[in-house]
Amino acid sequence: METTSKNISRRNFIKLSGITGAALTLGFHLPSQGRDAIFINPSAAGSTNTELNAWISIDISGKVTITNHRAEMGQGSFQAVPQIIAEELEVDLNKVDIVFAVGNSKKYGSQVTGGSSTVRGSYKNLLRLGASAREMLIEAAAKKWNVNQSLCYAENGQVIHKPTGKKLGYGELVEAASKLDPPKNVLLKDPKDYKVLRKPLPRQDNPQKVNGKAIFGLDFKLPGMMYAVVERNPRFVGTVKSVDDSETKKVPGVRHVIKVNRDTFNNMFEGVAVVADNLWAAMQGRKVLRVVWDDTAFPHHSTEQLYDKMRETAKGDIISYRTKGNFASAFDKAEKKLEAFYETPYESHSCMEPLNCTAHVTDDQCEIWGPIQAPDWIQGNLSAHLKLPIEKVTVNMTFLGGGFGRKAFTDYPYEAAMISKEIKAPVQVLWTREDDMSIGPFRPGMVYHCKAGLNGGKIGSFETKMAGQNMGTQEPGADKKGYNDSVTEGLLEPYFNSFPHYSFGDAPLDSPIPVIWWRSVYASTNSFAYESFIDELAIEAGKDPLEFRKQHLWEERYQQLIGKLEEVSGWKSRKKNEGFGVAITECFSSVVGEVVKVSKDANGKVKIDKVWVAMDCGWYVNPDIIKAQVEGSIVMALGAATKHATHFKDGLAVEKNFNTYAMPRINEIPEIEVHIMENEEKAGGVGEPGLPPFTPALTNAIFDLTGKRIRVLPFNLADV
Amino acid sequence: MASLTLKINNKNYTIDADPKMPLLWAIRDLAGLTGTKYGCGIGQCGACTIHLEGTPVRSCSIPVTAAANKNITTIEGLSPDNSHPVQQAWILEQVPQCGYCQSGQIMAATALLKKMPTPGDKDIDVAMQGHICRCGTYPRIRKAIKTASLLMAQKSSSK
Repeated sequence: METTSKNISRRNFIKLSGITGAALTLGFHLPSQGRDAIFINPSAAGSTNTELNAWISIDISGKVTITNHRAEMGQGSFQAVPQIIAEELEVDLNKVDIVFAVGNSKKYGSQVTGGSSTVRGSYKNLLRLGASAREMLIEAAAKKWNVNQSLCYAENGQVIHKPTGKKLGYGELVEAASKLDPPKNVLLKDPKDYKVLRKPLPRQDNPQKVNGKAIFGLDFKLPGMMYAVVERNPRFVGTVKSVDDSETKKVPGVRHVIKVNRDTFNNMFEGVAVVADNLWAAMQGRKVLRVVWDDTAFPHHSTEQLYDKMRETAKGDIISYRTKGNFASAFDKAEKKLEAFYETPYESHSCMEPLNCTAHVTDDQCEIWGPIQAPDWIQGNLSAHLKLPIEKVTVNMTFLGGGFGRKAFTDYPYEAAMISKEIKAPVQVLWTREDDMSIGPFRPGMVYHCKAGLNGGKIGSFETKMAGQNMGTQEPGADKKGYNDSVTEGLLEPYFNSFPHYSFGDAPLDSPIPVIWWRSVYASTNSFAYESFIDELAIEAGKDPLEFRKQHLWEERYQQLIGKLEEVSGWKSRKKNEGFGVAITECFSSVVGEVVKVSKDANGKVKIDKVWVAMDCGWYVNPDIIKAQVEGSIVMALGAATKHATHFKDGLAVEKNFNTYAMPRINEIPEIEVHIMENEEKAGGVGEPGLPPFTPALTNAIFDLTGKRIRVLPFNLADV
Repeated sequence: MASLTLKINNKNYTIDADPKMPLLWAIRDLAGLTGTKYGCGIGQCGACTIHLEGTPVRSCSIPVTAAANKNITTIEGLSPDNSHPVQQAWILEQVPQCGYCQSGQIMAATALLKKMPTPGDKDIDVAMQGHICRCGTYPRIRKAIKTASLLMAQKSSSK
């Protein structure tokens, strides 16, 4: 069984999402008003809402408010969290108000929106919260009517007494319900009875994203707010030697020029902030600011130096992470041997909304507003640094114009808070596109050294040495002798059963370049090495690449996925002038397989025709959002594979804007067909797992078509 | 500083601005219309696209003085209630993810459809390839432009 959202026609889409009341006919009508996301917690003073639990509150008119405790950066938490709760709460999602939570991990648990964790980490709890609130409302009604609770049920925001048909709205019951103890055990629905879940319901945030109403970080305004831009050391860790702000202070509108620190992994990075009445004035003032940096205390790396070093260390001793058997002796005795190096570049996140943050710090409190993936981390960080009690630090999430991991970091709110504290006024700090792209942290560049032995046409021994920066050891005093356990990210777990001997480890690279997670983290680069190498091994063994994988991945879940890929892509009936490539990876508990088809255009250049995806994310919420996330992941992977990379020269990032860091454009995107596997597995991630398999599937397809093996990214498709 | 009048969405805004200030910042910070977005500042990404006398332009790359007393349309001026066919198509095809670039995408698509009511794939490529979407909503943008074209045809035939 599987669902393909591809086959849902627009008419069906509307029918399935029937609660929108929309119909695709002549003069059809769509809901015109999007609900406005608000940042204030509904339980705040002055609100008439009664809270049933941290996520659900209802006012006396029956208006339901659901809190989204996670960031909305495009991945769909603003839809997914309410969609899960609405199922068990028995309310119409279109009549619900959705608000963003403020940072409060005591109330909501972790709010760090990373690791594709919103649904997979919260869904069981959210289902229970919805069901528990519903049962409390039913109990309140039964008590009011003095009837047996088991004869009552909830539907569409009302409790109904089955024998008599009498009804009470949630608004009339909420006060009494809120005084009841939540039930200890609640029965959750069988997925086959879902009315809201598994449906491709239109996103609740989209109406306000087509009319300019959605408030992103940069759209947030406070009375009396000032604007700032910051000159930061382009070599990252240098310190300010001297500042000449005489010209800056002549620019009309410039109010302050101050030194400011930025906390990056507990390292303090220095900058000079220009604060003005408006952003343009601040930017003009910065143009004529003269800062002299002391850059003597650290090496100024170039891309060539970094990769030479990584290529060298990838050949030598590694810090061992995961081993089985004896790789060295098994490899030595192998019938056939293969060895290869793969290289992946440093990358910038380049969210369409550049980093920014608004802060207002006073003597006894701090409030932050911005495009923020980790409100609770920021709350903790600022509470410690400002020496304020945690409850005096309020962190509000706006909509995020992209996140991809960069906005889960705490440095930019920290910097904004320090500026506000210094100037004693609310301030909005903008990172220009150039700042955003060249200051980092970046996705680390990596080199992989892979070796494997084949026996009887199967992998008998497998080794990977990964060289590159370890994101986890950037803090001062971090233990740099520990292994990087991300070295196996992306590789399918069953391979560890089917490889009789293996060895995985890393050779960490030391560099002042700050690095951080980038959509799908190390899987985004590891998978290129693993799934290219497995393809090379299949060729060496004389096997069909899909068949070869089938022979190593015995588990039913993987066999199903491979079968699906084979069927939908027409793998077996592919033509001679077509190149087909496959890759299957595992990321944040989801298994994703992709088949890419390439061919040559009239000029003999390779073009990407189509991508087929089999997405196994287990229990899921909204098939259309899953499809959208996979499409987006593939486009992002296509960019990192064939369009852009961040290079360094004399310790500086070279690419600073989209004129040199080229993005994929609409005319370069292949057709993408997504199939969602239906099974009983627990929920896996959705926002990231579609990214890792694309690049190796593409380069494997190019090999299939041309015989040319690509082992270094990025590559220019026109040069193949 | 210069005092000038911007005619945005049929409303006059008298502003006091540095004559070199790009129109983008005047629209956002002086007129207070934040639907138009800053993405790159160098005319590479299209997030700041507005209509100047009906033509799509990058508001980050023209000085505010060049737009004085001319008709400017921003995303907020497309319709008061999401009733514009392009907005409807964008919702129908569930285009936005993060949504940040979509104001610019929608303004470009609207201009394309005005000039060319039934654009083909090549026309869409030409009109839209100046617009970056980091979320990768491109396949849906293409579909939505075709849907908007159908909706506009339905609308005019039902008149």
